[in-house]
Formats: sequence, C-alpha cells, structure tokens
Amino acid sequence: MPNPRKPERSVVTTCAYCGVGCGFKADVAGDRIVRMTPWKEGKANHGHACIKGRFAFDYHSHPDRVRTPMIRASIDDAWTPVTWDEAIGHAAREFRRIQGKYGRSSIGGVSSSRCTNEEIFLVQKLVRAVFGNNNIDNCARICHSPTQFGLSATIGWGAASQHFDSVLQADVILVVGANPTEGHPVFGSLMKRRVREGATLLVIDPRRTETVDSAHCRATVHLPLRPGTNVAVLDSIAHVVVRERLYDEAFIRARCEWHEFEGWAALVGDDRYAPEVIGPEAGIDPEAIRTAARLYAKGPNSAIYYGLGVTEHSQGSTGVMCLGNLALACGMLGREGVGVNPLRGQGNVQGGSCLGSWPHVFSGYRFVTDADVRATFEADWGVTLDPEPGLRLPNMFDAALTGHYRGMYIMGEDPVHSDPNQHHIVEAMRRMECVVVQDLFLNETSKYAHVFLPGSSSLEKDGTFTNAERRVSRVRKVMEPLAGYQDWEIVVKLMNAMGYDRTYAHAGEVLDELARLSPAYKGLSFALLDRVGSAQWPVDESAPEGTPVLHREKFPRANGRGTFMLTEYVATRERVTDQYPLLLTTGRILTQYNVGTQTRRTPNSRWHPEDILDIHREDAEARGIKDGDWVSVASRFGTTKLRARLSERVNPGVVYTTFHHVQSKVNSLTTDISDWATNCPEYKVTAVDVARLVTPAVREAEAAAGATA
Amino acid sequence: MSVTVFVPRDSFAMALGADRVAQAIAVEAAARGLAVRVVRNGSRGMAWLEPFVEVQTPAGRTGYGPVSVRDVESLFAAGFLQGGAHPLAHGAVDAMPWLARQERLTYARVGVTDPLSLDDYLAHDGFRGLRRALGMAPGAVVEEVVASGLRGRGGAAFPTGIKWRTVAGAEAPRKYIACNADEGDSGTYSDRMIMEGDPYVLIEGMAIAGYAVGATYGYIYTRSEYPLAIATLEEAIRRARAAGWLGADIQGSGVSFDLEVRMGAGAYICGEETAMLESLEGKRGQIRPKPPLPALKGLFGMPTVVNNVISLATVPIILDRGGAFYAEFGMGRSRGTLPIQLAGNLRTPGLVEKAFGVTLRELVEDWGGGTASGRPVRAVQVGGPLGAYFDASLLDLPLDYEAFAKEQGIVGHGGIVVFDDTVDMAEQARYAMEFCAIESCGKCTPCRIGSTRGRELIERIIRGEDVAASHAQLLALCDVMEHASLCALGGMAPLPVLSALRFFPGDFGLAGDREVAHVG
Amino acid sequence: MWAEVRGLRDDVDFGTPPRSGAPVTLTIDGVEVTVPAGSSVMLAAAEARRAVPKLCATDMVEAFGSCRVCLVEIEGRRGFPASCTTLVEPGMVVRTESPRLQQLRSGVMELYLSDFPAGELPDGWSEFHETVRRIGVTTHGYGAGATHHDLPVDASNPYFLFDPAKCIVCSRCVRACEEVQGTFALTIDGRGFDSKVAASQDEPFFDSECVSCGACVQACPSHALVEKSLFDGGYVRAESPEA
Repeated sequence: MPNPRKPERSVVTTCAYCGVGCGFKADVAGDRIVRMTPWKEGKANHGHACIKGRFAFDYHSHPDRVRTPMIRASIDDAWTPVTWDEAIGHAAREFRRIQGKYGRSSIGGVSSSRCTNEEIFLVQKLVRAVFGNNNIDNCARICHSPTQFGLSATIGWGAASQHFDSVLQADVILVVGANPTEGHPVFGSLMKRRVREGATLLVIDPRRTETVDSAHCRATVHLPLRPGTNVAVLDSIAHVVVRERLYDEAFIRARCEWHEFEGWAALVGDDRYAPEVIGPEAGIDPEAIRTAARLYAKGPNSAIYYGLGVTEHSQGSTGVMCLGNLALACGMLGREGVGVNPLRGQGNVQGGSCLGSWPHVFSGYRFVTDADVRATFEADWGVTLDPEPGLRLPNMFDAALTGHYRGMYIMGEDPVHSDPNQHHIVEAMRRMECVVVQDLFLNETSKYAHVFLPGSSSLEKDGTFTNAERRVSRVRKVMEPLAGYQDWEIVVKLMNAMGYDRTYAHAGEVLDELARLSPAYKGLSFALLDRVGSAQWPVDESAPEGTPVLHREKFPRANGRGTFMLTEYVATRERVTDQYPLLLTTGRILTQYNVGTQTRRTPNSRWHPEDILDIHREDAEARGIKDGDWVSVASRFGTTKLRARLSERVNPGVVYTTFHHVQSKVNSLTTDISDWATNCPEYKVTAVDVARLVTPAVREAEAAAGATA
Repeated sequence: MSVTVFVPRDSFAMALGADRVAQAIAVEAAARGLAVRVVRNGSRGMAWLEPFVEVQTPAGRTGYGPVSVRDVESLFAAGFLQGGAHPLAHGAVDAMPWLARQERLTYARVGVTDPLSLDDYLAHDGFRGLRRALGMAPGAVVEEVVASGLRGRGGAAFPTGIKWRTVAGAEAPRKYIACNADEGDSGTYSDRMIMEGDPYVLIEGMAIAGYAVGATYGYIYTRSEYPLAIATLEEAIRRARAAGWLGADIQGSGVSFDLEVRMGAGAYICGEETAMLESLEGKRGQIRPKPPLPALKGLFGMPTVVNNVISLATVPIILDRGGAFYAEFGMGRSRGTLPIQLAGNLRTPGLVEKAFGVTLRELVEDWGGGTASGRPVRAVQVGGPLGAYFDASLLDLPLDYEAFAKEQGIVGHGGIVVFDDTVDMAEQARYAMEFCAIESCGKCTPCRIGSTRGRELIERIIRGEDVAASHAQLLALCDVMEHASLCALGGMAPLPVLSALRFFPGDFGLAGDREVAHVG
Repeated sequence: MWAEVRGLRDDVDFGTPPRSGAPVTLTIDGVEVTVPAGSSVMLAAAEARRAVPKLCATDMVEAFGSCRVCLVEIEGRRGFPASCTTLVEPGMVVRTESPRLQQLRSGVMELYLSDFPAGELPDGWSEFHETVRRIGVTTHGYGAGATHHDLPVDASNPYFLFDPAKCIVCSRCVRACEEVQGTFALTIDGRGFDSKVAASQDEPFFDSECVSCGACVQACPSHALVEKSLFDGGYVRAESPEA
C-alpha cells in the first residue's frame, strides 16, 4: 500500500483550539477522519493552519474518552456506568433536591469557551430559565473578562475592532502581552508576513518571545517590562503622546469629548508618568518608551494586538482601558489597519463572552436587572426570570465554603486545574452535593463530581464558534458522537428532565433563538453561514453579511463617542520579598493547548512533554541551578517542582513557565489576587523563590562524583 | 638616480613566482649598490612570458621574460637596468608585435601602471570619463553609452546603454549598480586582470553608471577564488574614497556614490544575473524568473544595473573619448573592442584586446602561435563551457555576435579554448553535460535532471550501447533543455553537445566505429 | 493588497496568488478573459477554464517557474514562456495547447518520470500523478540512471513523513514555509541533481526549526511530504516493477 489512502468525503468545519478559528476540511475515509486540511476559503486562516488544528485531532478517538454516562453517590465511590436516562434523571433530581433544601440560588452552572455558541446559550438558558437564578459564569472570567469591561468602557464593545486581515494594512503593529507566533500561530504568520513587508513591530512583554526575535521577524522596539507594570508603561507611552503632542486632535474632537481627553491628558501627562520615572520602575530604557510612543503615534496605521499578558492582572481592566485610550488619542480606530484587538485564547471565547454566560447580563451584554430586557426573554422562554445578578465563578466557590451553594453543572471546563488558588477550590468542591461534569475526559474537576456526562468533541456536533475577530463560523458534525449525543442535546435533555419542555430539531434552531434574542447576532442563521462561509457580528439589516471593521462612524456607546478612562497605576499587592524574590509569569507554547486535555492526548507532547521553568542565567547561578535541574518553585500559596532551563528570553528577576501539564500544578502557586473590576485572576504575577531540588538520586550521583574526584 | 623595474603582481605572474623575482631583484640591486625602485604593475597579458619584468629606460620600457629567480643575477650581469641584451630580452615592450597589433582601449593601463597608485591612474587619463560625466546631464551620459554601441561583455551582449535607460527611467527610492565579477567560464580571466591590474577604471565606470541612472550604491560580486583581486579592489576603494572619488560628495559635485566588494562561494550559476542578485541578498544562488527585469526590480527589489566588469570598465573611455570614438571600432552590430582570452593548447596564450571582426584564425595562429603541442588544431570552443565547439573549417569566422549566432555559437565572455587533434569530442560533449549537472542551481527540471540524463546518454553512446536510441533521446533532451529551461545554463548546455555532434560525429561512433585520434 | 489571501478558492488552484490590479483583457485559446493586472497568464487561463498543467505553482505561494510544464505560446513572443511567471497584458493572445507544447511538456515529464519510483505511479492520486495522466506520458526513454530512490525516508515527525524518492524538488514546501508560515525552516540543499529538500541544517524534521504547521505537506504536489494518518498500518515504499 505505497500510496496514501484517498479521502472519500470532506466536511468543512471550524477548529476548536485557539481564538483564530481556522476553517478546516475534515477528510474522511471509511469510518475515520484521515486528516484535517486547512480550508482555503476560511476567512480567518486562508488555507493555513498550525500543528494543533492540522494534526492534533486524534484526541477525539482517544481511549480515555468516556463513552457512557456515570454516576456515584459520593466522590469517594467508584463511578457506575448508567444509561443516559438514569444519569440525566439523577442529575435533575439532585439539583431539584438541593434547591428544595438550600434554596433556588444554591446551584449554578459554568460553561466553556470550548463549547459552541448554541451550547453556551443553552447552558445560560438552563440556569436562568430552569434553575431559576443567574448563577452562570464561564471561563472567559479567568482570561478576557477585563477585555469586556475595559473596551466597553472606552470604545463601546468588548471585542476586536478589526478582522485579522486588517493587519496587512498596518504600518505599526503593537503587540502587548501576547505571543502570537506560539499562541495564535496562524494570525502570527499573517502578522509576520506584514512585518516582512516592512511594517514596524513593537512588543511589550517581559520575555523576549519568538515574536520579538525569530527568523525574518524582529521587533523594532521591545519593552521587556517587569511583570505587573503594564499600566505604568502604557501610561508612560500615553505621557509621551500627550507631552510631545503626538495625538490626533481632529479625531478626538470628531469622535470623542475633548474635555474627557483633557482630563485624561492631565493624568497621564503628569511628571510621575514620564518615561524617566516609569522606565526604572518597570526595568526598561526610558528612551525605548519614547521611541515606541512616537512610532505608534506616527502610524499612519497603527494596530494594537494584546493577550492575557494585559488582562490577567490586578489592573487587567485598567490595562485594557489604557489601550483603548491610546488608540482613541492617536486616532487609530475606525478604519482598516488600525484598532484594538484582543487575541483570545479559546476557539469560542468571544462567543462565551457575548452570549450571556455572565451572572449579570444576557446575551448582547444586556443587564438582567433591566425589566424590559427580561421581558423579552421571558416572552420567548415562557418563564419568569430572576432579576438579581448571580454569582461569579470565584464567588460560587466562596459561597460553597461560607454559604449554601451546593450544586454545579460544569460543561467543558476544568476549574480545579485552570483556576487560581487550587487549594481553596478543592475545599469548595468537597462541599458540593451534586456536581455534574460534562466533558470528553475525566479531569481534575471530575474527581469531585457526582455525575459524569460524556460530551461530544467539536468533530461530533453542529453549531457555531465566534472567534477573536467576532467571526461566526460553522462547526459541522463530521462523525457521530462517540457517546451518543451532541452536547447541546444533553443540555436540552437535562432541561427537559427538570421540567422545561422546549425541544430543538437541530442546532440551527438554537442559533435561530439566540439570534432572535441577541442584537449583534440578529441576522445569523445556518443558512447564511452555509452561503457566505462565515460572518463577523454585528450581523443585521445594515450589515447582512457582517461587519469586518467596527467603529467606522461612531462608537456603540450612548452618545456615539469614545471616551477616555482615567488609568492611574496602582501596583499589585503581589511584590517580591526577601523570601520570594522572583516574579513568576506564565504563558503557552505552540504545541500544547491550555490545560492540555486534548493536546496531551496526541503526539504533540513529544515536543513539550513537561512544563519547564525558564530562569535567567544570573538567577540560576546565584542558586546553584544548572540547565535541566529539578527545582522547587514556592509562592505564598503553594509549592511545585519543575525542571529548569537557563534562558536569555527572561530578564533577571523573572521566571517563566507554561501550565499545560497537570502534574506541574502551576496554578497551585498563583495568588488570590484578581482584577479589581472583573475578578479575572492575576495569573501573570506571582512572587516566588526557586531552589535546586536535591533528590536522593541527585545526592547519590553527586556523592559518586565527589568520590571519584 | 634610481631605475624603475616593473614586476607584475597579477595572479598570472604571482603563480609563476613574481614575488620571489621581485625580491631577488631588490636583493641583488642592494648587493650591487644599485638604486632600483621595484613597481608592482598589472600584467600585459602575455601569459607565456610571465613573470614579465620591465625596465624603464630612457628609450622606453624594455621587457624580459619569463624571468625566474635564477635568471636575476644574469640579468644584472647583462645590464638589464640599461636595457642590456639577454636571452630573455624582448626589446621595447610597446613594439612587441603581440601587443602592438592590439587595440587596447579598456586595457590601456593594465600592465602599464601601478594598479593601486591614484597618481599613476590620474597620470594615465584616469577619472577623465567621470569628470566629464559629472559635467553632463545624467540622461546625456546614458545616451553617450547608447551611442557607443557597447553591448554587455558578460556574454548576453545586451546593449548596455539601453539597460541604463530602463534603470534611469524607473521611479524608486533607491537604485543599485551591481557589477558581475563572478568570472567562471573556463579559460577566462579578463575580469580578474582588470580588478588586479586597473581597479580604478572599474570604480570609475561604476560611479559613472551610478550618476547616469541615479544609483548611489554599488556592489562588486566576485568569487572567493580571486583573493588578490578582492584585496586590490578593497584597497583601491579605500584610497578612492579617501581621495574623494567615492562617497557623499564626489569631487565637490554633490553627487554621491559608494560601493563594496562581495564574495561568492564559487557557484558558476551565480554568474547569472538573477542568481547573483539572490546571492547578494544573502540567499541561495538560484535563478529568478524574468520578468521582472532586474533593471526594474533587481537587488532588494529596486531598479538595478547589472553589468559585467568589462562593460563597466569600458565606460570611462567612452565618456572620455565619446561614444562615437568607441563605435568606430568593430563590425556590424558588434561595436568596440573585446578582450579575448586565449587558453588551452596554445603556444603563446594570453589576453588580446581587439576590435570585433578579428578572425578566429588570427587569434589562434597569429596571437596564439598555434598549438603548444605542435599538432594541428582540431577544435576551438568560444564563450566558455556552454559555447559551441567549432572545427577548423570555421577558423575564418570573424569575432562578431551575429556571425557566431549564425553558426549556433556564442562569443560569450570572450574566452577561447583550443584543442589539438588528440581531443575526444564525445568526451568533451560528456563533460559539457557533466559541467551543467554540477553547476546547475537545481531549480528547473530540464537542467536539474536533464543534465545528468544527458551525461548518462553520452556515456552510453561512448560505450556503444543502444547508440541509435540514445542518440535520438539525446537530441530530444537537448530540445527540451534548450527550449524549456529557466535560464541560459540549461538552455545553452546543449550547444557544445550539438556542435560536437555536428562537427565530430565520428567521435560518437555515429558514422561507424568511434574514430578518435590517439597519440601513438 | 489582500487579494493574495482573500481571493483563494477551495475548488480551484489558480496556480499563482490572486491580484487586485485594474482589469486586463486577453485571449486564451480563443476565450476572452478579464483578470486584474499583475495576474499571471496561468491564473487567467484558470479563470478562462483553460487551466494549464503545472507542478511547481500553487496559488498559496508566489510564482517560481521551475517545473516547466506550464509553458505556453504567446503571439509575438519568442520561445515558450512559463505561464506562471508571465504576467498578463492587454490584448495578449495565448495558446495553451499545441503539438509543440505537448512535445516539450512530455519531454519534461519524461525527465520527472526518470527519477520517480515507477511502483508509485499506478494508483497515486497526487497532483503529480494527475499531471502525469493529463500529459499522457507513461514511460521514459532514459533507461536506468541515477535516481534519488535510495535516500532514506524521514519519519521523525509524528504527523507527517518525507520520502525524498517521491520529491520532485519543486520548492513548494520551502516557499510555503517561508511565505505562508514565515518560519524559514526548509531549504534546498545541494546543487543540480543533488538538490534536495532539507530541514534546518539538514536535520530530521522533528529536530529542526519546523513548527509542524503542515503548510509544506499541504503544498507538496507529489505526496513526498504526506500525512502519516493517510496510511493504514505504516508507510512502506513501493517495489519498482522494473526491479
């Protein structure tokens, strides 16, 4: 059989990994997917792909996949396989029992940005319409909730202002706290293409990432700031813009309120934000701040791309506002080649954000406290809705420990692994009386679950994803669900079992309902997507095929104008001490994806079999650490051990690791500090110390070496 | 009063011990208490006489050669400092027929001056062309070159002035002059002799080109096998810059031009202009498709004049004496002179600069002195390894681009390699394909695979296997290579093969058994 | 300027990237077609449904001009320009098929076949196989000569393999790595007949700078770079029927 097997059919669908949302063709021969090839008409990827979407798809048939529903009375018991009806019935009965005992608000739900829009919408509907409360949150809480907050405050929508291709018209590209070539590789390739064409690249990141310096892609200015000083540095850039009068007065007068600009200018223009003051504080050259500011302001087209390095901070929301302010001040919004663009982590994190998976807002960011809005939903759903905002995810855990929160429906999430302050969460989970986990695999969280509902992979279901550029693309079922049901069907089953009778013939009907109730999604339907491939919201009468560039004429705020938020720098409480003299920051690498549930079950792990701690040579030498040594990493919250790598990519005083592997327990180190506005945890700054681990094996080896010496 | 003695520092002479000869002369002079000034000049091009030592006498320069260290004492004894008689003496150099019958325009100074002496250069009409050019409008400079009829001396023979016009007319933020000095044809050395023997003329030519087309920077791309040329050029560039002949404001004219030398790694293909540009950009030396023409989109995507060393080194005299003066030399559409490099089986090989129209016979017999072996000339190959092989019946062909094309031959870079009647032309044909196989950049299929298949077919023919079928397949292959290759390397590789088949079919056993003359 | 990425279609390979210039009208095999200035003759031919055979060209990367099977005849021009590297001009009259073109293309395909494992020919479905069938060449007249059939398969990457025996050295992988992915991990090593695709400093793919994006595999026209998942039970080289 020398020649490869020829695929018999192809199904066009959307990659479920990162926020780029690449279009793929799943090639099928016989009963299996024989390859995934990038779809040339995919508007996010134009026929390109990365190792994850292109190759790491075998997890969907991995032996670890759970194939039957399971229940157990206690988390100390073994799982018992049961029928779907038994499992769903058990969950429904337990939830109702808990609500009967502890009150309507004693249960809640969490959905994931790995779920489709339809699933996310249904889970929040389950919570609001069936549970009867607003205890619904999603994982965007721990990554891009500050984006939502910070961008809404300044430019009106918590979403990327541009489409990806817009970068091809940018003259200056400012990347802040993101590493697109690893985290969003297909966008990274597009960006590098533009840099090769001559665009100027500015990078603000504690590390010398591959984006800063790799073959044929080099940043003109790199500001390797100390973790936690984002806002100071961004304010300092703004300081230069203001003091050197580099702002775009015509734009500000036309599109913002001049007096609001003046208020902001007075703040950032103060001497305390001068590069000569902030530079030493952030550990960077003041002149580099000035150069970056001048280049950004000069444009002519300057575009901002940012990632979790901005949001996952105690001032995450403030950092996002800084970026909004800067773009407004320099007139870098409302056309091709400019904008402010969050690079979102998960396939559907934008969908997770805008489809009502929040305790305080319905889809389209409309408040649950607003009676008129509630009335719309009540009319459509035929139920009365709770006017009180529900619990945020961290508050759910708090309430389990201090109050009467006892039941949880968790879909596609692993908060015990991914959320900060693991010990606290584990304690909370132990208090629960019914935790229902719906996932592909058993995970850290399912250790504390009572019902396990085997979910379907994105190759086994229909629906839509909304990527980081607001693009809604179709997810199409390639294979039958391994455990029998698509995830959205399971949610509907649970709803029905809990007494809510609505059914849907297919996922498209869920999208129709969602579109009916969400202004930005108004014009979306499976029919539209089948015709045009994908569409960027808002999709409505005025933009029937979507809106690639936002804010062209006005900003979606009450007065149609952008505004400047005051962004005073307040240093995080997390500081280095004599005991914890290093700052730990975290990130992702190309081959692994987040907590690794999928990628660790593919050969991708051959490239990244473990998480490694990058430490600067000086810090390593001071601690007697050599390349490849096992080290302990300790923070105020916990300790873990990792292998060390001596690296010039981090500055002295900073250490870095990834969080893809369970055994690394990196999130046992992270603090309880979170964004002041959104509770997004401050993953990016943890004071730690690192020490060489002397294991018995090491001791023996050294003794042997000493004996021969 | 000291006597000036010239000992060449050209690679020809150096390879034959010129340094030791120069040293021996100095030592002997000191021992004899004689005041001697040794000047290291370029080569006159009489390769068989190197090291060719000249003495400045009141009557002019007198030549002796080839001189070895052991001849030095006898030269002094014979009073060579006064032009004394000696078995190695050749009398007044200017009167030597081998030189006197040439028309040295481009090579006027080569062998005469100290290559690195700016004073010498200026004293021998140096920088007159540049001075005149700077006084003219750039467009007028271009037209002067057009009027001269100068065609690219690298081999393609494209009119230099027309190429300049294209670059001059292109709008771009930057333009470049790229001098192709990657001289790789077998039996050629004219570029090297200019770079070693008169580097300023090349610098001057490039500066004129830069002014004419609006380029402010130039590169000389040469080969690592030319270390002496590189060192000479770099020193000359340094001195020219220091004297204000290069740099921001050339001689107060407000015109700026500077240049540098870049070294290739010995790939023949980098002599092809687009591969050279790729290499200059730091990439693998591979052919770029044309269009776009380098004149519009060349080095780093900018309009670029790509000219051979000889083309650029000829520009100063054209500007100095006028295009019309230059165009008076030559025949037909081949105007001016060509430095012909005689090599191979010849008694007196070397560099002959002569107006177009000179016949192969004159070159082979009058200058070359017939074969070194004394046997009859059987074949000549003109234009490098991709040039056609001619038999003796074509010796009366005049050197002229069009006349050669009519015989499916090329003038190329002016190299002539001569073979006597012991040559096996099937082996030469095989070698032509092998050369292409070794030097192919590997980009296009006809050249990449075809050259190896060509070699295999010819080997099969030589072995007498499937001769008729292999011959037919070889002809089909040559057709594909000639018409489907991306560049001239693959396109011209069939030329020597087909010409060998045409003139020497017997060597391939195509008319019966292989008939190869063997020296008994 | 976005035409390069935005004009792509899944069901058509235009051969060269789409462009966005002013409209230019030309005639291809008697069919009048209008395409943006800057487009190649190859792209125009695809638009006119007169697609020219090609191997080294694909519309994800810039034209390269190495395979020489896309030669065409253009009125008023000497020789046989490669349609991928020749840009359209107003009023151009192009012929994509003629006995002479067929002769040259067959000649080039014969050369390819002389270095392609014969055992891989019958049931293959790559672009190369399809082009062989389209041009209608089934064998070659070069007999047994040097080949690349003995070079080892690089199976170091968990997801795809590289079999140099099937490589036609078109550089599509190298260009995809540069232009599409921007990693520059691949190169052509050696010259002439010895030219071969190499990762980094001629290292196994797994150890090289390759980031396994798959752009090279996608670009490969001859299944020399191919997904391992397409093989049931491992990769075995075909026996040559001649051997």
